[in-house]
Amino acid sequence: MRHVLSALVMNQPGVLAHISGMLASRAFNIDSLAVGETENPEFSRITFVVAGDDRVLDQARKQLEKIVTVVKVLDVSQEEYVERDLMLIKVSTKGGTRSDVKELTDIFRGSIVGVGPEHIMIEISGQEKKLEAFIDAMRPYGIIELVRTGRIALTRGAESAVGD
Amino acid sequence: MSLAEERPQTRQAPVNGADILVDALIHQGVEVVFAYPGGASMPIHQSLTMRADQLRTILPRHEQGGSFAAEGYARSTGRVGVCVATSGPGATNLVTGLADAKLDSCPVIAITGQVPTAVIGTDAFQETPIVEVCRAITKHHYLVTDIADLPRVVKEAFHVATTGRPGPVLIDVPKNVQNATLDEMPDFDPPMYLPGYRPEIRHAAPEQIKQVLAAIRRSKKPVLYVGGGAIHSDAAEELKIFAERTGIPVTMTLMGLGAFPGTHEQSLHMLGMHGTEFANYAVAEADLLLAFGVRFDDRVTGKLEEFAKHGKIVHVEIDPSEIHKNKEAHIPINADLKETLRALNAAMTDDDIPDIAAWRKQCADWKKNHPLRYKDAGDFILPQYAIEELWRQTQKDDVYITVGVGQHQMWSAQYYKFDRPRRWLSSSGLGSMGFGLPAAMGVQAAHPGHTVIDIDGDGSFQMNIQELATLHCEDLPVKILLLNNQHLGMVMQWEDRFHAGNRAHTYLGPVHHPEATGKGESVRVEDAYPDFVKIAEGYGIKGRHVRSKQEFPAALAEMLAADGPYLLDVLCPYQEHVLPMIPTGHTVRDMITE
Repeated sequence: MRHVLSALVMNQPGVLAHISGMLASRAFNIDSLAVGETENPEFSRITFVVAGDDRVLDQARKQLEKIVTVVKVLDVSQEEYVERDLMLIKVSTKGGTRSDVKELTDIFRGSIVGVGPEHIMIEISGQEKKLEAFIDAMRPYGIIELVRTGRIALTRGAESAVGD
Repeated sequence: MSLAEERPQTRQAPVNGADILVDALIHQGVEVVFAYPGGASMPIHQSLTMRADQLRTILPRHEQGGSFAAEGYARSTGRVGVCVATSGPGATNLVTGLADAKLDSCPVIAITGQVPTAVIGTDAFQETPIVEVCRAITKHHYLVTDIADLPRVVKEAFHVATTGRPGPVLIDVPKNVQNATLDEMPDFDPPMYLPGYRPEIRHAAPEQIKQVLAAIRRSKKPVLYVGGGAIHSDAAEELKIFAERTGIPVTMTLMGLGAFPGTHEQSLHMLGMHGTEFANYAVAEADLLLAFGVRFDDRVTGKLEEFAKHGKIVHVEIDPSEIHKNKEAHIPINADLKETLRALNAAMTDDDIPDIAAWRKQCADWKKNHPLRYKDAGDFILPQYAIEELWRQTQKDDVYITVGVGQHQMWSAQYYKFDRPRRWLSSSGLGSMGFGLPAAMGVQAAHPGHTVIDIDGDGSFQMNIQELATLHCEDLPVKILLLNNQHLGMVMQWEDRFHAGNRAHTYLGPVHHPEATGKGESVRVEDAYPDFVKIAEGYGIKGRHVRSKQEFPAALAEMLAADGPYLLDVLCPYQEHVLPMIPTGHTVRDMITE
């Protein structure tokens, strides 16, 4: 079972190191981790994808909350929420495949952000499955390299689910 | 200009960071610090000399000794123990003490000097990233980069160390911050900024109190399983009222000894790997386990699935992450134990008292028929006997006992009966050898008029033997009862039980001695190594050897009557094993009693 946890943390040096060190030393299985400043520069939000049963998740959440610089932890996957990954991918267009690649990019609602004589770079976001499908679609043309963010997620609704 | 004029003893503006740090400690009520100076902490020591009338500085002979002394102070008082070290090796020498304080939930504050901020990260002389090193073994940690933050950081550190589940906090202070100046002393009570820390005293909900009382009312075989949480929350009084009112037998963890009187007829004493037979039988048969301030440690539970498998579990615990961590609780209560016991005592009616006369008789019979025991060894001094005799001679006095780690630690837990909390100091979670002597220093500094006894083994004792100098030089009259069996006894016991007695570096004398390979008959007096009494003498401490059981009571009385520090070197046979014993991961059915 996979859960998406969202942690509001103090935006200070060392907080991410503390959290990732704790998760590693307690052998929690983290599929992805993304971190960035929030609407309030004093806080960052860290989004984790944790694999494990309810008991593992309960421990992970409690151990996170025990860290003094962690303000609040929420299991986003228990709520109505939106999750996204972002990917940049460079694909070969050798042999005149540029229009094919462009067409597929349009179908997946990606956008071309860089063009070279024999490659293009595409930016695409969405749920993990969509990105996986796009990677599969690009494979025959030759993926030169790609980079993905970890999962980010927010609950729906007007209020802030994590911050007070 | 005279020397006095050159070195003013009172502070004038501007004040520096070190002055602010020291005054902030005084503001928090600190009365003693264990501090070892070095290049990056010199300004702190300069400031300490100027406040010597308000704040005693004790110089340990190793930073690790300072950290254990701070723990000794903290464990015996419940207040924060403070140690100070310089950067680099000074700071890394505190690491074991901090890890120890973390595992035993001990409020300790460690202050370390750090290289100046301008050179942090350049591998400067005596630079270690001590905050990085200590993240996982402290409750919280600070690297102070601005003098203006010092009062808030110190205030927050004390708050975090002492509230909720207590624990160690590290404050790393670069030398340029110590030397930076402000025009006047700042406010030592600034607002704290800890948005992620909410340790407000948690109360059990009234429905939870009702649930617990209902579970007690229905139980036929209830047992109280009480740990260090009872001591940290100062719940001994409430616990005694609760236990006596309900008549429920009480067993304690290594950390919990003293939370309930060891001499009380309801006491089943310690449970777990080296707990009493009767405590382990009771827990195995219990239909209700009241787990109060405990964490279901593997040394207590053995095989988790089998532990208390017939019992409903009520788990009262201040740290939410301990609830359901190792063992699922049927009634989990995340609350302060003292408050919960108060609520239980207040809500309890005569109808809630369980009818457990048969169970109490069963427990009393187990206690009578399966007592802790050891064989007669003629005129040899068995460690168990030595500890029992110490208890006989001191039980009327309010003494403090510290221990190292190993066989002597377990025997002390078994044979010394603690009737009050905070009188028993043992490195329990981390199991740090070398804890006993420096911890006793800290206890003695906190309780100058009391007798403080370090029951130690010869292995553990040598890990911080340099602290004998601190006892002598700082007038700390600690008594050392050294149970000297020339071996690392607990490891040796496991060798005997699980490795066919093959000696693997557990004999502490010369490698060419037959005992080093397990080929000796027994350790002869003339082979005992080293001569601890001579070492003590070299440090200016009185002591004597004792090798005869007949002479032991008088030798012990002589130690207890000594004015200053004293070392009694007791040569013991090494063939003894700590029993009973439940091997790791096993159950009460696998208990070894012979």
